[in-house]
Amino acid sequence: MKLNRKWINEEFVDLSHISDKEYVDTLTVFGQKVETYERMDAEIKNVVVGKVLSMTRHENSDHMWICQVDTGDGEPIQIVTGAQNVHQGDLVPVAKHNSWLPGGVHITKSNFRGEKSNGMLCSFAELGLTQNDLPGVFADGIWILNDEDCTVGQDINLVIGNDDTVVEFEITNNRPDCYSIIGLARESAAAFHLPMRHHEPVVKGSKAGSIFDKLSVEVPAEGLCNRYSARMVANVKIGPSPKWLRQRLRANGVRPINNIVDITNYVMLEYGQPMHAFDYRYITSGKIVVREAEEGETLTTLDGNVRALTPGMLVIADDNRPIGLAGVMGGENSEIVDDTTTVVFESANFNGTSIRQTALALGMRTEASSKFEKNLDPMMTLPAVQRACELVEMLSAGDILDGIIDVINYVPQPRTLPLEPEKINHLLGTDISKADMIEYLRRLEVPVEDDTILVPSFRPDLNLTADIAEEIGRSYGYNEIPTTAFRTSTQGGYSPFMLAETKAGGLCRAVGYSEIITYSFVSPDIFDQIRLPADSVLRNAMRIQNPLGEDSSIMRTIALPSMMEILGRNYAYHNRSAKLYELAKIYLPVEGEVLPQEPKMLVFGTYGAGESFFTLKGEVEAILNGLRIPKATYTAVKDNPSYHPGRCAKLTVEGADVGYLGQIHPLVAQNYGIDTDVYCAELNFSKLFELMLPEPTFTPLPRFPSVARDIAVVCDETVTVGALEDVITSAGGKLLQSVALFDIYRGNPIPEGKKSVTFSLELRAADRTLTDADSEQTVKNILSALESRLGAVLR
Amino acid sequence: MKEQLERIRQEALEMLDAATDAQALENLRVKYLGKKGELTAVLKLMGKLSAEERPIMGQLANTVRADIEQKLAEAKAQVEAKALEARLLAETEDVTIPGVPVVMGHQHPMNMVLQEIKDIFVGMGYQVVDGPEVELASYNFTRLNIEEGHPSRDRSDTFYFDDKDEVLLRTQTSPMQIRYMETHTPPLCMLAPGRVFRKDEADATHSPMFHQIEGLVVAEDITMGDLKGALITIMQKIYGHDAQVRFRPHHFPFTEPSCEMDMQCHKCHGEGEVDGQICSTCHGEGWIELLGAGMVHPEVLRNCGIDPEKYSGFAFGIGLERTAMGRLKINDLRLIFDNDVRFLNQF
Repeated sequence: MKLNRKWINEEFVDLSHISDKEYVDTLTVFGQKVETYERMDAEIKNVVVGKVLSMTRHENSDHMWICQVDTGDGEPIQIVTGAQNVHQGDLVPVAKHNSWLPGGVHITKSNFRGEKSNGMLCSFAELGLTQNDLPGVFADGIWILNDEDCTVGQDINLVIGNDDTVVEFEITNNRPDCYSIIGLARESAAAFHLPMRHHEPVVKGSKAGSIFDKLSVEVPAEGLCNRYSARMVANVKIGPSPKWLRQRLRANGVRPINNIVDITNYVMLEYGQPMHAFDYRYITSGKIVVREAEEGETLTTLDGNVRALTPGMLVIADDNRPIGLAGVMGGENSEIVDDTTTVVFESANFNGTSIRQTALALGMRTEASSKFEKNLDPMMTLPAVQRACELVEMLSAGDILDGIIDVINYVPQPRTLPLEPEKINHLLGTDISKADMIEYLRRLEVPVEDDTILVPSFRPDLNLTADIAEEIGRSYGYNEIPTTAFRTSTQGGYSPFMLAETKAGGLCRAVGYSEIITYSFVSPDIFDQIRLPADSVLRNAMRIQNPLGEDSSIMRTIALPSMMEILGRNYAYHNRSAKLYELAKIYLPVEGEVLPQEPKMLVFGTYGAGESFFTLKGEVEAILNGLRIPKATYTAVKDNPSYHPGRCAKLTVEGADVGYLGQIHPLVAQNYGIDTDVYCAELNFSKLFELMLPEPTFTPLPRFPSVARDIAVVCDETVTVGALEDVITSAGGKLLQSVALFDIYRGNPIPEGKKSVTFSLELRAADRTLTDADSEQTVKNILSALESRLGAVLR
Repeated sequence: MKEQLERIRQEALEMLDAATDAQALENLRVKYLGKKGELTAVLKLMGKLSAEERPIMGQLANTVRADIEQKLAEAKAQVEAKALEARLLAETEDVTIPGVPVVMGHQHPMNMVLQEIKDIFVGMGYQVVDGPEVELASYNFTRLNIEEGHPSRDRSDTFYFDDKDEVLLRTQTSPMQIRYMETHTPPLCMLAPGRVFRKDEADATHSPMFHQIEGLVVAEDITMGDLKGALITIMQKIYGHDAQVRFRPHHFPFTEPSCEMDMQCHKCHGEGEVDGQICSTCHGEGWIELLGAGMVHPEVLRNCGIDPEKYSGFAFGIGLERTAMGRLKINDLRLIFDNDVRFLNQF
């Protein structure tokens, strides 16, 4: 909401002694936040009213004139102009040497074919004005100021009405009253503890007849129109509005059109009540019907667009067609034009949600609709239409017909609230006296009688003592409320799951992975990009009905694609390596449930020199170990199409599948623009959390020495190290403390298709020093099991 | 015999003095003190001495042995020290050669700031909780006093999954207020950080997904003064104790009274301009918005079965991206979600 300070100063409360900075700071802290503010004269500097004393033809030009211009500085200055509408004796805007015009145009003295020019005579466009601001002024030449109330040497900003500051407020939803000059004047007066002047519109009336003989209003759409007030003007003389009115409109960013339209806009700014003016000629049968649009109806709105209407949209219609889109925009078919003679002023109160939805559906949010959507005060329609009629009389723009049509479907009941000073002080933590509270409320024009607050109709936001507490609090000053420290017996902390997440993050970074954060929503294309089978359950994702775009339209059911996208992006950035992890949610629809499951996934992705299946596996093992997850089993997986069929393992912990690890399939890497080896792991962190072992208790250190034994066995290539280890572990019995792969050897003298695998064994007994016989027996058991079960023989 | 012993002593001491390595010393030890050494050989002759001479010679022999042993120890120490010195010299490294690289990962800058904020709150008695991101409209809106038809419920603002607009991506972390109050009884003190979603195209200051940190305190006798006290303490911990803050009224449907908290711009110190130019940090406002807050609306308490006559509370919501970007001087929100390693490695 924009506001020009001069309007408030002149009409409601004189704050001209308050600087702009103080004004905006005070209003902001009072609760009306200022977004920006700007002096209207900031753009035009050193441009004054000048009088053309003489004009002579330029000797070397067939169109230029050399003017001697009095700018009030004593000596006249010479200015060369190419304009042809200037005459001796005219008053004109003069941009002097070193002056500034809108758009950052800098004017300095110059030379035109040998003649000095100490500045420039200006057209109104060069001063940032339009024909609408200056109706009747010749546009294609210098702005002649003879009819303006101005004097030689005067700053042109004063002539234009730029001696003003435009302040833009961020109005909160709960304060529809502040979408008006009057509302903001009320807040301004209260913020500075000054009384506000009120004006009751007075309509003198005429002998032009009665509205009831000419117009009837029906409101079948009761629920969507709370009130419809109308008055009529006869003998209308369409013409430009006076300068003061045009200037106020311009300062508030409204284009002046003609007196009748300007009056509706002026009242909308002043009261916050959108109004509309219809040309009575085009209201068939003199009948206005406020109804819902019918299927297939169209309306050409004032902006020239044909609008297809649907039921649910509220229209203003005459006997047989819509003539306006209620609360949004009028229809072209009943527009005020130059020869309009009779006007119907509409001042209505429409259902905010309905107006908002209509405006949204048609993509035409207007000044009026944005006001209506806040749910305006139905008590405002009458003063607003009266004010419009008063202005018609002030401007001699027509004769007001007797009578007011006022269809009322809803009037807010007078609301009262008890004034509860103790409760208010208790909530705020203050000690404000009752008398002060009453005074604060009085300043806000909220009267209190006998400890009862009479809530005015323009304050729909005041419903509870808490609402009153806010009014008291902001009047007292939020920043004046004493700061205190509460005590509670609550214990702060993290859930065990969060602690596990924090720990996991630390472990990931410790082994070299950096954290990423990616979007929860993804493209449906991801499934194909990672070559997920067409029948995979993971393709069953939650779909956003109104996504920003197709590429962010489903909730991810798998975290790998987000990682791949980021790896691909880094690869495209020519980053030579990347080691990344993300710990974030996936969203899995659950049959019969409204909300999905949101387990957390821990995903790793890496590419670059030195990365391999086994570096990633080692890192993952270290992290799982750090998280106290029991030893995972790694099973070769050939049918996960996202991964290299020979380099992918499924991780199983205590029988539960917890994820995959491996090299990304080259075709998948290619889909993400990566033509180097990529390694990823996807672990279900929520499952891992369930598997985390409790805090360990101390195990006494071994009292007896261990014995180390290395065994090398030759087996078929197809026998896995994991299988060998399993056999060794089970055959090793109680004495086997640990088994570790030492070496794998292929080649002479090992036959083709075979490999030699060496393990280091550690043997120990808890209760004695092992004898050679003990360890030999254990090794013998292991070797015989390896041979019988896996055909692995001692080398 | 005496002369023999004296000669052995003198000879041994001289030889030991001259020896330069451990092997030479060992050879000398064997030569003089060994089982077949010279001193031992002399001592074997003791039996032939008279009873008067024997103790005298015995004593002398012991002295000689002790002298040689002492000298041997000294020489050994000296030789070892020299050898060590030589070894250390040989082992000299160019200390300017870089260390063997240990690659450590980096925490995402936003989570870095989040972790710090969470720790501060935990220290002040807040329990950190997490909740669903796909949420019901009743939690995200209705029970927070955001009625049907409210603009924030529009499909132009909120992502929906169903025709009836009942299931959505939460637009704020505030539904966690309801979820926590439903399952806990006052006094309670909660912090709920997490992802939130709004239908905004990504640009330098907007993202369809971002993060909020919700806070909620409900107990007996909680006042707006307590809200101010808590938030000032926290912001000074995050931004430093000289941070100047202010509160100004605002509107949220689920708090009343409501406020926003600003921090004075650190660049222009509230003036809004620097050297006559509009301050680029606060865009001329002089203040930077930090968070929205307020006293929990009585209706919201009632919605969760908490008696507003007995209990009061405050709630606040901090925008994490804004906080992190302000702290770390990150100038474009897109960098946060771009995850370029050149960006991540800076933190």
